[in-house]
Amino acid sequence: MAVLATSLRADRRQRRSAWRRRDAATGLLFVSPAVLGSLAFVIAPLVAVVWYSLHEWNVLAATFTFEGAANYERMLADKALHASLAASGWFSLGLVVLNISLALGLAVLLNQRLPGTTFFRVAFFSPVVVSLVAWTIVWGFLLQVDGGINSALGAVGIDGPNWLRGNVTAMVAVVVVQVFKNVGLNMILFLSALQSVPEEIQEAATLDGAGPWRRFVSITMPMISPTILLVSILTIVGSLETFALIDVLTQGGPGNSTTVLVYYLYRQAFEFNEFGYASAIAVLLFAIVLALTLLQWQTRKRWVFHEV
Amino acid sequence: MVQRRTVPALALLMLGAGTLAACSSGGDDAGSGGDSATEAAGPVDLRMTVWTASEDHLALFDEIAAEYVEENPDAFSSVTFEAVPFEDYTTTLTTQLAGGNTPDLAWIFESNAPEFVQSGALADIKPTLEGAEGYEFDDILPTALDLWSADEGLYAYPFSNSPFVMFVNTDRIAEAGQDSPAELVESGGWTFDAAREISTATTEQLGGAGLIVRDFNYSLWENLATVWGGWGASPWSEDGTQCTFTEPEMVEAMTWLHEATFADGAIPGPGTNADFFAGDVTMTITQISRASSLDGSFEWDVVPLPEGPAGRQNVIGQAGIGVFENGDNPEVAADFLAHFTSPENAEKLATYFPPPRESLLTAETLVAANPLLSEEQLEAVVIGGITDATTKPAHANFAELQTTVRGELDALWNEGADVEAVLGDVCAAAEPLLQD
Repeated sequence: MAVLATSLRADRRQRRSAWRRRDAATGLLFVSPAVLGSLAFVIAPLVAVVWYSLHEWNVLAATFTFEGAANYERMLADKALHASLAASGWFSLGLVVLNISLALGLAVLLNQRLPGTTFFRVAFFSPVVVSLVAWTIVWGFLLQVDGGINSALGAVGIDGPNWLRGNVTAMVAVVVVQVFKNVGLNMILFLSALQSVPEEIQEAATLDGAGPWRRFVSITMPMISPTILLVSILTIVGSLETFALIDVLTQGGPGNSTTVLVYYLYRQAFEFNEFGYASAIAVLLFAIVLALTLLQWQTRKRWVFHEV
Repeated sequence: MVQRRTVPALALLMLGAGTLAACSSGGDDAGSGGDSATEAAGPVDLRMTVWTASEDHLALFDEIAAEYVEENPDAFSSVTFEAVPFEDYTTTLTTQLAGGNTPDLAWIFESNAPEFVQSGALADIKPTLEGAEGYEFDDILPTALDLWSADEGLYAYPFSNSPFVMFVNTDRIAEAGQDSPAELVESGGWTFDAAREISTATTEQLGGAGLIVRDFNYSLWENLATVWGGWGASPWSEDGTQCTFTEPEMVEAMTWLHEATFADGAIPGPGTNADFFAGDVTMTITQISRASSLDGSFEWDVVPLPEGPAGRQNVIGQAGIGVFENGDNPEVAADFLAHFTSPENAEKLATYFPPPRESLLTAETLVAANPLLSEEQLEAVVIGGITDATTKPAHANFAELQTTVRGELDALWNEGADVEAVLGDVCAAAEPLLQD
């Protein structure tokens, strides 16, 4: 009897093991396209870029020479790179603060049960689906010295500046144009989060005497904090990757005031043919994005109320 | 367990393959060209990158190529002309080189000529061209070859030599009661100051804009060579090692430009949008090939560039065709280039591209290409404009210089700018790049 029981247990273990193997094989089969895709189009290029960053690569002369850390040492002394890091910092700061606060404000406003909210939701979201280059070209015309913005300002007696020719105004212009392009997407994400906040909690707080601001700070914000985390990560990463807008609107000028890091990288690679140095900058950009994302992920424990 | 071992192995395989593939595109390209060319067996396909997408241009290229394929069936099977947009042309070309997708031949703009010539990317085509039967190499203007030559070798054929001229809207000039530029040319009074006065007057009376250096747009500063040439100025010394933006001639020329823009309003300031061919601009400095944009909506004329204090400086935009040393078939490609630019085919190409051959620089040859211009205009403006002309600025480090100088010059395009101080900053930024 005992022998029979042992045999049955062994048989069951074998069958379970065979199922597990079959399950694992099936699972791997399903994930293999994604894994192979990631390896081929994410990991391999990443490794290749790190490898290139250790070389001097003269495309015209077709030479590819190992230089070790020379490109990284060059980065330390490159004042133009430092300026582009500063420009990236200002651009990201302006974009993140303006985009998130505006998106949240719009979402709160358009979450009210008022006539016309659907129209405004569509109006603010529609730039998201417009071609970025077309959007930027139109804004380029609006921001000209005799363009639509200054004409509007002139109508109320304000003499507008030459937006794209002043160091500060050009940076303000690129931030605002980018914010208006994408604020609708963040607004929709916040709107969705706001609509998931249980009404009964708000009502209970109202009965307890909490005003609108107290309810917003103590109930709404904690309840939508996972969405704030998501939006802030997406916006910061997106701000560091902004290229087409700068290329079309200012080409990094005036001077180098709007030459953000990714635009500087493009110039080194595709205008100056410094592919090795550009690869080193790409590694730096990757490190910055990774560090900021990890930082946000780690600090979420302090301010994200719950995880979805 | 099988899967645990297989997945990392696959990952390593992919990484290795990716890295090797990537490395080979950059490194192995160097030595692959010449050998494969000599070892090439049987007819080859050639590929040439061009910036034009004009159906007429490409049809003519195809016709010339088809003749050669027919005459040399053992050497060639086809020639493909790959059109790349003008705006991204050089970037696309260098990206092709970086990716190991090197074309056999390519058009190269004059500003990039020294970089391509000095890098060793291009093959010396002089022996092939000189040795080609009936090529008449001596017919090519030596000045046209300057930019493309190094150490007794020739690294591209200066295929297109398009002079910069002044187009004028004679309707606007007549309406404002100003002197005709053509008459001023006759009387010897066609100067930059005269052009500025006419531009200011027409702008004040009619609105619109006065004088535009087309494509400059406060960014492509190298196009200002068509202005500062009149002062005998240049951005750097002839050997390309010294910045000359601070020389008196350049300071005077830039001061003239600054005052014409901000004091007189003769030149529209930065951030404004005006197009001569739309009819609301009095005059524009541009290349003769832009005549095709005129639609007859206003009366116009074309005159040579005005004279400055140093006289008239003719300026041309040039493009060359080079053969890549690292292409698959450099010898065969050079042979095709000799056919493509032979006297007979150069005459056909002159329909669209002013040639560097002296014997073809006649009004009779060029009139077919420019039906809007009279033979007299062609003689005076095109042929006169090519003779003794200089090209736009060029340097082995041009791309970086272009961007750096543009960044510094941005400070000049403000009403209260201190011209000398800005040009000093330009030189401070440009000097290290000139000595690279």
